[in-house]
Amino acid sequence: MELPRPRRDIELTLRVNGAERPLTLDARTTLLDALRDHLHLTGTKKGCELGQCGACTVLRDGRRIKACLTLAAMQAGAEIVTIEGLAADGALHPVQAAFVEHDGLQCGYCTPGQIMSAVALLREGRTGSDDEIREFMSGNLCRCGAYTNIVAAIRQAADRAA
Amino acid sequence: MSGSIGRPVSRVDGPAKVTGAARYAAEFAPVDVLHVALVGSTVPKGRIAALDTRAAQKAAGVRAVITHLNAPRLPYRPFDERPEVDPSVGEPLRVFQGPEVRFSGQPIAAVVADTLAQARHAAALVGVTYAAQAATTTFEGGRRRAPKAGGGETRRGAAVQALGNAAVTVDAVYVHPREHHNAMEPHATVALWEGERLTLWDKTQWVNNDAVEIAHVFGLPDDHVRVICPYVGGAFGSGLRTWPHVTIAALAARLVGRPVRVELTRRELYTSVGFRPHTEQRVALGARRDGRLTALIHEATAQTSAYEEHTEETLSPARVTYACPNVLTRYRLVEMDVNTPTHMRAPGVATGLFALECAMDELAVALDMDPLELRLANYAERNEEDDLPWSSKELRACYRMGAERFGWSRRAPAPRSMRAGAWLVGYGMATALYPAYRSEASASATVFADGTASVRSAASDMGPGTYTAMTQVAADVLELPLDRVRFELGDTALPKAPVHGGSITMASVGTAVQAACEAVRAKLGAANGRSYAEALREHGVDRMEATAHVEPGDESKRFSSWAFGALFAEVRVDVDLGIVRVPRIVGAYDVGRVVNPTTARSQCLGGMVGGLGMALLEQADWDPRFGRVMNANFAEYLVPVNADIGELQVLFAPGDDRRFNPLGAKGLAEIGLCGVAPAIANAVYHATGRRLRTLPITLEAVLV
Repeated sequence: MELPRPRRDIELTLRVNGAERPLTLDARTTLLDALRDHLHLTGTKKGCELGQCGACTVLRDGRRIKACLTLAAMQAGAEIVTIEGLAADGALHPVQAAFVEHDGLQCGYCTPGQIMSAVALLREGRTGSDDEIREFMSGNLCRCGAYTNIVAAIRQAADRAA
Repeated sequence: MSGSIGRPVSRVDGPAKVTGAARYAAEFAPVDVLHVALVGSTVPKGRIAALDTRAAQKAAGVRAVITHLNAPRLPYRPFDERPEVDPSVGEPLRVFQGPEVRFSGQPIAAVVADTLAQARHAAALVGVTYAAQAATTTFEGGRRRAPKAGGGETRRGAAVQALGNAAVTVDAVYVHPREHHNAMEPHATVALWEGERLTLWDKTQWVNNDAVEIAHVFGLPDDHVRVICPYVGGAFGSGLRTWPHVTIAALAARLVGRPVRVELTRRELYTSVGFRPHTEQRVALGARRDGRLTALIHEATAQTSAYEEHTEETLSPARVTYACPNVLTRYRLVEMDVNTPTHMRAPGVATGLFALECAMDELAVALDMDPLELRLANYAERNEEDDLPWSSKELRACYRMGAERFGWSRRAPAPRSMRAGAWLVGYGMATALYPAYRSEASASATVFADGTASVRSAASDMGPGTYTAMTQVAADVLELPLDRVRFELGDTALPKAPVHGGSITMASVGTAVQAACEAVRAKLGAANGRSYAEALREHGVDRMEATAHVEPGDESKRFSSWAFGALFAEVRVDVDLGIVRVPRIVGAYDVGRVVNPTTARSQCLGGMVGGLGMALLEQADWDPRFGRVMNANFAEYLVPVNADIGELQVLFAPGDDRRFNPLGAKGLAEIGLCGVAPAIANAVYHATGRRLRTLPITLEAVLV
């Protein structure tokens, strides 16, 4: 049986961490694979490819999304920020610094996604209580179980931002 | 000594991890790397009768479709001495070497293509016809096929007789399901051949063994394989062995003459890298009226595959945790047509303790005795099984510190007697312990004229903080500030290290780092207050290096070394909905000397989270028709999320076990998971009056 062949390559320009990145991609390429395999921005992690773990969380136009659940082709023109785009001039973003200070990480694999979610969480105003932080960070799994320290880190970043 | 040891130092690899700079196996991309997608079998047992790869081969971007029909026969050279991480009985799965199917999900074809999307599309086009055979896909079915001896039997005294004569007895069966490591980083291998030399960037807990195993598979000299793995995105045991996908990566790269990457999908991880085996345990306890144990029988029956016998230390807690003159343990294996189970955090010990510590709680109820008092009444002053004194044991301090912090004295003894609004409240506790092992290890230390040092060992850091702890040890001995010392790991080009498992890294690699740093200081004669720059100048060199290889002495013949802990958990149970919440857990630990209180606390916090998952959430839902996990994803295989976690408190009893090793650290990682699930299960009993002996304790189980 001959299956219809998908259209192979498309050309598009992604805007990632403030830079225009022209790409030629297999049309089926997810934003996650475009970031990791084509732009070599491997800070955005692949954990499940099903939108269930949050390791690939990035910001799109300021809102957190899962990069594995969207095609790169759907994000042309959007403003994408990844973990590599957070630190300014070598100085850690306050959330990044708080994660180091409170040991909100162990193996580090979920960490970029946790931090991108936390950055969005601060903007969303969902840091009113530890319980609220826990609830709105529950889309980001951490198998090492660093949750206690992640909450402490976000609490500190929120208090300092207030 | 500069005093770096014992300080709550921030993780030295923290900045790399929070900026995304830390690179994990799949993220090493050699030029022209190709992508691999796997085809898994859909029957649990049988033979591949026919394969149709024509459509796949014609698909866009496809470079090769590899099956048993076209794969070269690999030598699979036998081991003189089998790697300690492989089961001692059976043979590992050999990929693409024949038509036999041994479990559902077994890789039976690999597609290599220019892009991942192309590889996956083509993999879906591979047609397979099976000659299926009757498979054993249930535990009961396996048990009917005569269990294997497995770990065998141990006896101390006459337990069966003593149980018959005991004043008070409990006798019950405890069950836990097949559980999966589910580390956040999927296993991945990037393979690059240069002539007859192979480089693998592989997710592994043991680069040295990984290289040797692949060298054996391909019939290469061991030193022709280099394995690099600077960061491990969690593993919890799944990275101990070298699994078939590593061979597939090397094989595919060789066949297409280009580097390739194999990155397992979350679903594939459920059949590719082992799992904690479903185990059923009987614990029978006999005691005098005053609570002193007179008989302890602990039997475990665990699943394994049809091609390897994986056994665990499920019964070691029964032999050493309590003073008891009559102890019988018996371990059996049940063969099923599944992939081989493997070690998962605190293998055997965590699950054995679940059964033992729940049984102790049941005994306390039968005796009308406080559960903590019962533990103290049976405190083991020495290892009675091996008839050895402990190298150190501060478990009494752990009980006391934990109970005080938790407020154990506020516990009303009767079940269902404590409430908070609509919620029933339960307090439960359990003992934790884990054997402290030490292995031979090597390290090198180099000091430079600019006052910096580089220290190296082929160790791993899957999250506990090896980078940080080793930097502390080196800085301490070299009397340098932490930021002048750089520790490198995860590369077979570095001095050999043992497996990163069993909580042995600190005691093994740590003492090697200590010895290498002492050696380089001795070589330089640096003890007299001179700077390294001055000492190097006197020697007329710009750097000085020393390598150390350390081995355990005879301490394990003279002492028994274990880490200990006491866990206390509070649960709240909604009687109408069956919801179980865990508002707080307190753990007090004796792990010897704590090298870094920050990362040590994190290890124990993580263990509590894992233990909560084991108690309330985790299980592979099994479909016996196909011999397959039905919930092979993060949405349906439940793991704890942030909102599941309440207040967790970690306390360390003062300790410094120099009888065990010169650093005084007993190791911690595994101990963190121990005792958590039984403390929670016992708290559920206290809250509800219902004894639930099967994990996980789901809300439907609470409601029935």
